[in-house]
Amino acid sequence: MIGPRGMKPVRRLSPRNVIIYGTLTILALYYLLPLYVMVVTSLKGMPEIRMGNIFAPPVELTFEPWIQAWAHTCTGLSCDGLSRGFFNSVKITIPSVIVSIAVASVNGYALANWRFKGADIFFTILIIGAFIPYQVMIYPMVILLREMGLYGSLGGLVLVHTVFGMPILTLLFRNYFSSLPEELFKAARVDGAGFWSIYFNIMLPMSLPIFVVAIILQVTGIWNDFLFGVIFTRPENYPMTVQLNNIVNSVQGVKEYNVNMAATVLTGLVPLAIYFASGKLFVRGIAAGAVKG
Amino acid sequence: MEPSILINQLTLNYGPVEVLKKLDLDVPKGEFLVLLGSSGCGKSTLLNCIAGLLEPTDGQIHINGRNVTWEEPSRRGIGMVFQSYALYPQMTVEKNLTFGLKNAKVPRNEIAERVARAAGILQIEPLLKRRPSALSGGQRQRVAIGRALVRDVDVFLFDEPLSNLDAKLRAELRVEIKRLHQNLGNTMIYVTHDQVEAMTLADRIAIMRGGEIMQLASPSEIYNLPVNKYVASFIGSPSMNFFEAVLGQGEIKLKELSFPQQDYQWSSEQRSGQVWFGVRPEHVVSGDALGKCKTQFDVVVDMVEPMGSETLVWAKLAGEPFRFRLDGQTRIVKGDTVRVGFDLSLASMFDAQTERRI
Amino acid sequence: MAQAARRIGILRNLSAKFASVPMILTALIVYLGFSLWTILYSFTNSRLLPQTNWVGLAQYERLWSTRRWLISIENLMIYGSSMLVLSLVIGFVLAALLDQKIRFENTYRAILLYPYALSFIVTGLVWQWLLNPDLGVQHFVRGLGFPDFVFDPLSSSDFVLFGVIAAALWHGTGLVMCLMLAGLRGIDEDIWKATRVEGIPQWKTYLFVVIPMMKPVFVTTLVLITSGIIKLYDLVIAQTGGGPGLSSEVPAKYVFDYMFQSQNLAQGFAASTMMLAAVALVIIPWAFLEFGGKKRA
Repeated sequence: MIGPRGMKPVRRLSPRNVIIYGTLTILALYYLLPLYVMVVTSLKGMPEIRMGNIFAPPVELTFEPWIQAWAHTCTGLSCDGLSRGFFNSVKITIPSVIVSIAVASVNGYALANWRFKGADIFFTILIIGAFIPYQVMIYPMVILLREMGLYGSLGGLVLVHTVFGMPILTLLFRNYFSSLPEELFKAARVDGAGFWSIYFNIMLPMSLPIFVVAIILQVTGIWNDFLFGVIFTRPENYPMTVQLNNIVNSVQGVKEYNVNMAATVLTGLVPLAIYFASGKLFVRGIAAGAVKG
Repeated sequence: MEPSILINQLTLNYGPVEVLKKLDLDVPKGEFLVLLGSSGCGKSTLLNCIAGLLEPTDGQIHINGRNVTWEEPSRRGIGMVFQSYALYPQMTVEKNLTFGLKNAKVPRNEIAERVARAAGILQIEPLLKRRPSALSGGQRQRVAIGRALVRDVDVFLFDEPLSNLDAKLRAELRVEIKRLHQNLGNTMIYVTHDQVEAMTLADRIAIMRGGEIMQLASPSEIYNLPVNKYVASFIGSPSMNFFEAVLGQGEIKLKELSFPQQDYQWSSEQRSGQVWFGVRPEHVVSGDALGKCKTQFDVVVDMVEPMGSETLVWAKLAGEPFRFRLDGQTRIVKGDTVRVGFDLSLASMFDAQTERRI
Repeated sequence: MAQAARRIGILRNLSAKFASVPMILTALIVYLGFSLWTILYSFTNSRLLPQTNWVGLAQYERLWSTRRWLISIENLMIYGSSMLVLSLVIGFVLAALLDQKIRFENTYRAILLYPYALSFIVTGLVWQWLLNPDLGVQHFVRGLGFPDFVFDPLSSSDFVLFGVIAAALWHGTGLVMCLMLAGLRGIDEDIWKATRVEGIPQWKTYLFVVIPMMKPVFVTTLVLITSGIIKLYDLVIAQTGGGPGLSSEVPAKYVFDYMFQSQNLAQGFAASTMMLAAVALVIIPWAFLEFGGKKRA
């Protein structure tokens, strides 16, 4: 038979495709530009920065700014570089992530499977609480930590992260545990397993994905935190973000833009690495974590 | 009659997976054709290709004598009804019916006429101002049919339209669709996995499997003369009993049992050797009806499933499970011996290797 | 489930309650107690330390007659309305573009979303550098042969907010896009097929069918963006420090400065109570829309 058959021939450069791919590509370049500028600037010497333009790739590649930023740049009186902030952030992030996830997962499990009278009321308060600006609760928190002798210590900050991370994490775990088949839980109950035994032997092994999502969410969230770091720690314990801001926005001395940008890239590296390594799980995490604002 | 739809060597591949394999099909004007098969057989894919919602890899589609292979769905002269209704939830029923027409710049008074006519046929006039969320499943599907109706086209495509409804509504709407077809006389292609819908609605049924049409025939021919073992087992519930048998010396041998072949309706040359022998549970008789049967034997009852109007009995014949239906009033229990028989002219035989009807 | 728990007995039920103690304490003490405490103490004239010298609404009267607070509120309005409109529009358009069954969808999505992984501090500092008048984009364009080109929003009290908005959009539109994309993917495929059979052009389908169907997604996104807007703090600190002058001050920064630097606690409490009121104004109607009537699972 004659006439058209099979697939309709498509023009690769149809106006529709040009618009779609054109717009997306231009936007993608726009979104990449700041990252590019950051990296490029951090690899140039100061004379080159003053002479050239910010978009030009480095003529004389130098890693000196990175070394400066990591080990020698000054905040206030101490000049041991951003490395201190980095290790502070590590010391803050690891226990905060572990404690907050441990507490919230047990909470979520209790809410999903062991409902007791009044549990939903507390949970509702918690969820509404997620929208309360931190500024409202910060000062009483300072008093509380002072009374407990934790103000300014890493332990105090871990507590703060656990408390303020609780709404979203509890929601995340509660919804996940509710989505697991209830028969499984009932069967374990019939077999005589108790609260903790079901949690450790049945729920935990089935919940790896949601724990990964929670870890991604918390590591990026806590690493990127600024407000709590600046309020609840003393200068020697400042996390990386606070130290970075102090370095770059300090009014003293000559501005070393290359060192500043190297410090900025360094601070962004951890969340970026997590982002690009985790892919789709990150999207799941932020969709849930967006409540944090 | 002039073909309403003509499909020529239609092929669709998703990468290496062949979903449709060089299908040929022609549907005369005014026919109600049902595409029947289990999920993944390609029936919905075929319908979507006809609608223009999927692009075939090769082959042609003609609708009303026009080659529409490269044509947009809206310009093929089709209307379509979906399983999930696909009504626009934020618009009233009336807007759902008129949205497409307004967009196609149909004159105002003609839109009103068409809507009034469709609403009359489907008895949805009282619903016109409501939103889909305020309608029951049956009403929604009626509106969805209405949306196809107002397009004033010759060909209607139905993609499992009743699957989301409960059993009672399904039976009601089935009758309405049949009445609609009788009144309008349009060509209709209807996809389903429900053999009752297929048997009751269709002028012809196309049974599909693995992207191919196994058999295309009237419901009674499909039921009585299935072309192969798959079609035979797919149609009918409970499904046909099968036995390995050997033909020879004018006899059919099922292990120790044997009976003469003479009443069998051969579809091919009379032959001998290994075959599949099949008989439908509803063709097995007992009691008074046995008189006419030349093939009779005793079976021991394994299990009884009473269903009210009838009783399904499980027994063993020639070492194989053997199901048959008895009248619902029959008193029978496990362990009883029953004398049963069947009319060989209603039985089927299939080649042991090719599984084709012989 | 509740009955089952009761039947099993008090001991096991107890461990569930025990495990919920952190949640109960947090809910009652931090979210409820602390908020009430702050509201209460906003009616005092606490300065360096909280104390109960009640002064009625004096702190609020002072707040609303302070130029810096009024500027902060005005800035938040401008920033907030621009962010809401722009991030919703850009986010939706991006999501719609990504939803066209395109190749490299994952790559595009990854690029458009990565800024969201970075902190506001990093975001603010990068944009401060890009907008640097002497060495940044202005310098670059002048170097291309336009010596009179002016692009220096961060030094201009009229334009500084738009510099902040540009950075915030870069940081946050990826998230809106992801939420919208999830919403688009949730639309029944048959709806699209139905519009194709009826010959309705794609833009009309988006405008009249898909967007109305995505109302819940829009509302949720709106609430998320809004609660983020009210909390705006880190970005301003890093990018502008509130300057030039007071022209990029925001309420969260006002609260922080009064509480921890000016040692005028009660003024900070009053300002933070106003922030709470603003959030409540958004959240309460939303909560009624979302959860009103139907019982939560």
